[in-house]
Amino acid sequence: MALLSKKDTKLITDPLADNNPITIQVLGICSALAITAQLKASIVMAISVIFVLGIGNVVISLIRNIMPSKIRIIVQLTVVAALVILVDLVLKAYAYELSKELSVFVGLIITNCIIMGRFEAFALGNGPWRSFLDGIGNALGYGLILILVGFFRELLGSGTLLGFRVLGDPIEKTGLYALGYENNGFMLLSPMALIVVGLIIWIQRSRNTSLIEDN
Amino acid sequence: MEKRTDKNSYTLLFAVGMVAVVGSVLAFSASSLKDKIAENKRIETQQNILYALGVNENDGSSAVFVSKNKVATFFDQYVTKQLVLQGDQVVEDDQAYLIDVKAEKERSKSPDYSRKLPLFVGEKDGKTLYVAPIRGKGLWDAIWGFVALDENMVVQGAYFDHKGETPGLGANIKERYFMDDFIGEHLLDANGAFKGIQVAKGNADPKNIDKMDNQVDAIAGATITGDGVTAMIKADLSLYTSFFKALK
Repeated sequence: MALLSKKDTKLITDPLADNNPITIQVLGICSALAITAQLKASIVMAISVIFVLGIGNVVISLIRNIMPSKIRIIVQLTVVAALVILVDLVLKAYAYELSKELSVFVGLIITNCIIMGRFEAFALGNGPWRSFLDGIGNALGYGLILILVGFFRELLGSGTLLGFRVLGDPIEKTGLYALGYENNGFMLLSPMALIVVGLIIWIQRSRNTSLIEDN
Repeated sequence: MEKRTDKNSYTLLFAVGMVAVVGSVLAFSASSLKDKIAENKRIETQQNILYALGVNENDGSSAVFVSKNKVATFFDQYVTKQLVLQGDQVVEDDQAYLIDVKAEKERSKSPDYSRKLPLFVGEKDGKTLYVAPIRGKGLWDAIWGFVALDENMVVQGAYFDHKGETPGLGANIKERYFMDDFIGEHLLDANGAFKGIQVAKGNADPKNIDKMDNQVDAIAGATITGDGVTAMIKADLSLYTSFFKALK
């Protein structure tokens, strides 16, 4: 017997491509622009969101029948905020170095529209196991784009990947820089992240024309 | 028919219950982890001071502290004296590294309080170094650091850190390529007056060969964080000038 049924597998794989939260639903753009100047930051953010969205979706799904609909947004917000603070406290106590890396992301996780979006669109109407898969799937789809954008921005903007100088040393003029190559400082600024996301959306839609809406 | 969960009384009860549950879970975990977190911060301060003194495990281009289990030994070994400067007084205090620089800065706003300035005297490779903590504002939140000086107020080591600067931009003040630029820079001008070190854009000296120019190269995209570093060096290190003058 397969571990996941076909329908459950789709919950994970769909958000990776044809229903990607960033490129198709255009959610979670804020953090995708803010923190993708470095590949490492993108990876850390992706892992944090996988964790928070996976657990958050389960919690919301468990309390979905007892939750008053009038204040459900506030309830959802409280759940995300509490989870994030809890994670932050545990990291500070047991993995202090990692928590210092994460510091700035904590606030950004709470503001991530994908999290609220999945709570609203999925966890409120589905059971905990399916919500868990949906959360993981969407967070993976988000992380995938984040890492792609981070890869190009760090490579073209700083000439490094995960901090390693892969293109040579810009000041000593070694490697590519010896041929007159220069880093593109624009890549470090947020607008270029939007353009990179735009290019990814363009490539995705031209490969899969069914994603293009008719006017 | 109205659902049970739509009633106002239910909504109110749910909200109160949720706040109580979430609040107590968070309060419980915060207070049970408090000691561990404080201990981590204490160790980090010692690691920072040692880093500024040049006692670290730097590997290639990344900044690495001495490991946690060696901190206590190294701190005793390298930091020979801990001083507290208050007004004209200089007292020795082996708990000086626990002084809360932020709180002292706040308190010194009142005119009749003279701020306690911690200074750590260390020996490294036969040289006597003086490490001073500094603290200021970046773009989003606090930035701080430890700067090791020799008796002429020439920087011999620097460590910077931040609470929430932008990753990849302002957060790079804790990268070695930025911190190492400060080494050898003079805080005093040619006449011996305090000038500070400016994090300068359009610096004509990007390789940082001229150590007398009171300037280091700024980080692209991190103007406000860089200005914050300039400001905290100026504001906090200038307070130590009279101590260094008295050394001679």
